[in-house]
Amino acid sequence: MRIRKHPILSFPEKDSVPFYYNGKKLYGIEGDTIASALHANGVKKLSESINLKRPRGFYCAIGNCASCDMEVDGKTNVRTCITPLKAGMEVKTQRGKGRLHGN
Amino acid sequence: MVTSECVIVGGGPAGLSAAKELLEAGARVTIIDRNERLGGQLIKQTHMFFGSEKQYASHRGIDILEYLVNDLAPYGDRLEIRTGTTVAAIYQDKVLGCLKDEKYFKIKAESVIIATGASEKALPFENNDLPGVYAAGAVQTLMNEYGIKPGQKVLMVGSGNIGLIVGYQLLQAGIEVKALVEAADRIGGYLVHASKIRRLGVPVLPKTSIKRAIGEDAVEAAEIWSLDENWQGIPGTEKKLDVDTICIAVGLSPLTELLQQTGVRVEYVRELGGNVPLLDEGYRTTVDKVYACGDVANIEEASSAMVEGRITGIHAARDLGHEVENAGFRIKALQHELYDLRGGPPGEKVRQGIKKREVLA
Amino acid sequence: MIEQDGIASENMVKAEFPTQEELERPKAVIECYKRIPCNPCETSCPFDAITVGEDINDRPVIDFDKCTGCGICVFNCPGLAITVFQINDDEVLMKIPYEFHPLPEEGDDVHVVNRAGERITKGRVHKVQAGRRQNKTALIHLSVPADYLYDAITIEVIPFEE
Ligand SMILES: Cc1cc2nc3c(=O)[nH]c(=O)nc-3n(C[C@H](O)[C@H](O)[C@H](O)COP(=O)(O)OP(=O)(O)OC[C@H]3O[C@@H](n4cnc5c(N)ncnc54)[C@H](O)[C@@H]3O)c2cc1C
Ligand code: SF4
Ligand code: SF4
Ligand code: FES
Repeated sequence: MRIRKHPILSFPEKDSVPFYYNGKKLYGIEGDTIASALHANGVKKLSESINLKRPRGFYCAIGNCASCDMEVDGKTNVRTCITPLKAGMEVKTQRGKGRLHGN
Repeated sequence: MVTSECVIVGGGPAGLSAAKELLEAGARVTIIDRNERLGGQLIKQTHMFFGSEKQYASHRGIDILEYLVNDLAPYGDRLEIRTGTTVAAIYQDKVLGCLKDEKYFKIKAESVIIATGASEKALPFENNDLPGVYAAGAVQTLMNEYGIKPGQKVLMVGSGNIGLIVGYQLLQAGIEVKALVEAADRIGGYLVHASKIRRLGVPVLPKTSIKRAIGEDAVEAAEIWSLDENWQGIPGTEKKLDVDTICIAVGLSPLTELLQQTGVRVEYVRELGGNVPLLDEGYRTTVDKVYACGDVANIEEASSAMVEGRITGIHAARDLGHEVENAGFRIKALQHELYDLRGGPPGEKVRQGIKKREVLA
Repeated sequence: MIEQDGIASENMVKAEFPTQEELERPKAVIECYKRIPCNPCETSCPFDAITVGEDINDRPVIDFDKCTGCGICVFNCPGLAITVFQINDDEVLMKIPYEFHPLPEEGDDVHVVNRAGERITKGRVHKVQAGRRQNKTALIHLSVPADYLYDAITIEVIPFEE
């Protein structure tokens, strides 16, 4: 799902970045956000809605809508569309509201 | 506490242009953007821009971004850039609460320019929350910033310039666009953009909308239908499209939350995109030394956002006591640019909106 | 109707064309049917053949006497709304803007499409200009049978390879 050749842009090869998605090892690349790395791996469902448990993906991709919130390294409500991917991150589908974490 | 003479929230075309004027006038400037890269919408705009030479027409958005950033280079010692930093709150006395890498800190500013841009509207329809239903800008971000295909087969909803442009960019990324639907009886954006995708085989369907998205864990198909004069779906006209992505391009609304925390007066002006700040001709809000420009003030174009940013920057610099050479003359020239950009049929809505806002102010 | 589906009618297209006689030399045909704030066609033409004028919202007007068919406006127009045409015996020579990957190569046969995106005939690519000046809007020179003068508009996007 990565674009290799593009008429206007160039996407040079970059180092891969390993991370865990619900315990499974996946690879993103340098420069990815968590959400972009997941999408490149074909993962579109990022969370579940609070009451009806409906699947949710990202919507705005710029940090406005909260539809991409996931649990990352134990922290809930992380905006994965604007959070840079780091090697070894443990990313989990968030169910329900998650816990508030301090500022 | 960290202090700054002028904090600009939002490093899109409006914020960057304002920064240049302030720096040129001798001010100390802090630009804050929650994205890791400066540029706002320009980061993903691979197409050539309209307008005139003064707004870099015929150059691509991504290249214009470089010009705007390079313009700031000579003033490095007075410029502080904080990317990956979200302004979470603005307190009294222009104290900004910022968040970077989970760390919270405050900046005290003498003056604040809000250039936070806009957010994309959602559209109500059955299953509109399924993964695979994405805002057009999000699709653009995924493709043009991260180099990832949002899907293989797309339905585009909305024929404004954003829908038309993103439709074309999807084709450029090697993705099939099955159709572009528009609820109104005519194309909303520039016809040249519409013709560009039509001749590449994308059906452009007026008086048509999406009825529902189909799928379990993600979009597997979409159902579209024709609309009657009252914009109601006509039963029996449903058509199922084999798509894995539904791209929503039905308009933007100004991101005014932060602005409202400063206590400025905001009014609803439909033509400008929703709740917008009341402004004077210097882009001053109703609170002293708080300014707003670009999409957060009125949904428009990058070209006008740049010009508005420059006018704002000049005023803000003078309000801080800096001298701006030829200020009067330059402001006139910039206002003339705006007048030109808004002079035709596409600018009519904004012209009306601005008039309304002037009356309200 | 173009306002509904983006397809210019035959009459609209013909109204923008020069005479057959004028077409013995290459001429730019501008299909910019609506008033929009834009004028790079005017400012990019080295021969002052295009006028938008004082109000940048006005539609561009071309002086075919001045136009040399050089094609510079073709890759400077953000609307990709300009094409150069020339009649050469039983062939039409065209210069079109093209922003897809991969670019066709000289000598390639390509599917030529009309304004509705339908394949109408086969064309032959003669030259591909894609240097710095074109800045990623390549200028493709091609020939199509003369019958398709008013129908041919671009070439089909070559299927994209992973
Ligand atoms: C698909 C598409 C195509 C377009 N095509 C054209 C075109 O061809 N020609 C044209 O002239 N215009 C075009 N536009 C419009 C143009 O992009 C916008 O009008 C312009 O970018 C507005 O500039 P801005 O600086 O006001 O906002 P933006 O570019 O949106 O920048 C706002 C910035 O503020 C930041 N921000 C927001 N909130 C916060 C916060 N709380 N803390 C920190 N930072 C924050 C954001 O990260 C962003 O970087 C297009 C827009 C889209 C979406
Ligand atoms: S083809 Fe060349 S001469 Fe003719 S209008 Fe375009 S730029 Fe001018
Ligand atoms: S440059 Fe292209 S889109 Fe702009 S006015 Fe000229 S013909 Fe129209
Ligand atoms: S997708 Fe909207 S906040 Fe991440």
